[in-house]
Amino acid sequence: MRKPLILFPLVFLFLFVFASAQTPPTPVDSLQAVDTPDDAGGQVDLTWKPSPDEGRAVSPVIGYQILAAPAADSTFVPIGTASAGATSVTAKDRLENGRPYYFKIRAYAMDSSYAESEVAGPVVPKGSWWNTKPAYLRIVIWMVFVVGFILYNIRKAGKKELYIRPIAGIDAIDEGIGRATEMGRPILFICGLGDAAQAATLAAFSVLGRVAQKTAQYQTRLIVPCYEPIVFTICQDIVKGAYLNAGRPEAYNEKDVFFVVYDQFPYVAAVNGIMLREKPATNFYLGQFYAESLMLAETGFEAGSIQIAGTDQLIQMSFFIVACDFTLIGEELFAASAYLSKEPEQVGSIKGQDWGKVIFAGLSILGVVSVLLDENLRVHFFGFFRKLMLNE
Amino acid sequence: MPGMVSLTLAGFLTLGIMSFVYKDNPIYKFCESIFIGVSAGYYFVLIFYQSLLPQLTDKIGLTGALTDSALAYYRQSGSLASVQWFNLIAAVLGMMMLMRLLPKIGWISRWPLAFVIGSIAGLKLIGELQTNIMTQIQKSILPLWAPQYVDGSLSLAASIGQSLTNIVLVGGILTGVIYFFFSKEHKGVFGGAARVGIWFLMVTFGAAFGLTVMSRMSLLIARIDFLLRDWLHLLG
Repeated sequence: MRKPLILFPLVFLFLFVFASAQTPPTPVDSLQAVDTPDDAGGQVDLTWKPSPDEGRAVSPVIGYQILAAPAADSTFVPIGTASAGATSVTAKDRLENGRPYYFKIRAYAMDSSYAESEVAGPVVPKGSWWNTKPAYLRIVIWMVFVVGFILYNIRKAGKKELYIRPIAGIDAIDEGIGRATEMGRPILFICGLGDAAQAATLAAFSVLGRVAQKTAQYQTRLIVPCYEPIVFTICQDIVKGAYLNAGRPEAYNEKDVFFVVYDQFPYVAAVNGIMLREKPATNFYLGQFYAESLMLAETGFEAGSIQIAGTDQLIQMSFFIVACDFTLIGEELFAASAYLSKEPEQVGSIKGQDWGKVIFAGLSILGVVSVLLDENLRVHFFGFFRKLMLNE
Repeated sequence: MPGMVSLTLAGFLTLGIMSFVYKDNPIYKFCESIFIGVSAGYYFVLIFYQSLLPQLTDKIGLTGALTDSALAYYRQSGSLASVQWFNLIAAVLGMMMLMRLLPKIGWISRWPLAFVIGSIAGLKLIGELQTNIMTQIQKSILPLWAPQYVDGSLSLAASIGQSLTNIVLVGGILTGVIYFFFSKEHKGVFGGAARVGIWFLMVTFGAAFGLTVMSRMSLLIARIDFLLRDWLHLLG
């Protein structure tokens, strides 16, 4: 009778060890890796059949880890994760174009045991020149329309003067220059914090050219503190060119167009100091602005300057409207450069954009009418439109 | 002790910058110069080591061991990173930019500028069309009568509320577009619609102003909290 009693703890111990032992899950199957199509590169699409142990009762698979290596027999390093149930993922971290990569998927169970799949690869990530996704067809259609309108209007503007309605802030630019000349104080021109490719910065360049030409004629000092290095070099060229065009190249002082620092708040500290020390009669804030807009405009107000601002940043416009004398709201800034320069390219662009707005408004009205209609009518009359615009 | 020194220095610099509220003064000028100098130095080092060196020397295969990923690749594959010739073009463009330091051939620096502006403008055209124009049109196509159902039955109050929201949204977008139409003078019905558009814009700006002022207040409170709590230990 004693034997069963002795066996009992042994059986219990065996069951305990058996139950607590880790049971690695079944790995994922049919792992495939292909370079992601229609992308800029650096991405690989991975697909697999999930581990059948995702739904097992004891210690199910709870997730997958994506592993990559430059050679099949080298050390694989984790580059991403996927949750249980996933059968695909786009690996995009730490992959570089033009290099071969091998991939494995590690299935993790709840008890921390894991199993690795077969190796897939090599795959060489590369960028695509063309995006063949249907959604991009709509963009191409839009681009053809918009660019077509603009080119047509540029051609038209070259033949005759096209009308652009007057904008209050634009007329104030000349007033500001005149005021500075009368007071014998400088003009401060700030092109914002955007880079040279931002539309608002490009518009600011145009106005800067106009302002510089006037200051050269009136012999008024123009100070241009710059935030971005490339913007700084362009501003230098613009102001120098404007002084040359005005026939006063000797009046150009390259020390008045200078780079401050490529950091937002130190830049603000420097410009605020300039405002209080130089006491400019007129401040221009044209371009892209962020949190510094109110700090600059408030300091300019304290210094007693007349202030003209223009930006396409929604939040910052509110600060400029509050603290400046004139504000060019959004697209008014782009229109300002066309209005001042009267160049056919710029005037034609504004006209082309106006045509685009008519189409925009027309399509919106068409869309609103279409959703009010009966389903059959909607499909019949607006099927193509909805497919094109709403991807339905 | 070192912590106390850095805290005192930070407190002094904070007060120095804030002294600008009173008027321009020598302490502000001192703090301003430190702020600009430290920032310029910091960004130079950051850009040199995180952008210029890895992008220039590593990716064109000169070193193959400067960035973490390149080092890992070298260790595992036993070969240098493949040469990224595009980066070599960027390096040449960068050197062309420096030509402006030589007045006689300074015009060369305009080519990389033209390349940067042209290429980014082209890239942005697609993004703007996709995110602004296409998405804006899609989001503005809303039913002017939007019946709302609560527990399976039509709720008149909810329907009117939702319909009014949609009408304001569609009306605001269309009148806003009219305001930014530059080819026609704002007169008559067109001028009236443009006036409604500018009202919509002003209400939006007002809301944005209030929201941002509140977030700025929280920044100020955080700074005062630093001065009183962390530095002077006046708050518990």
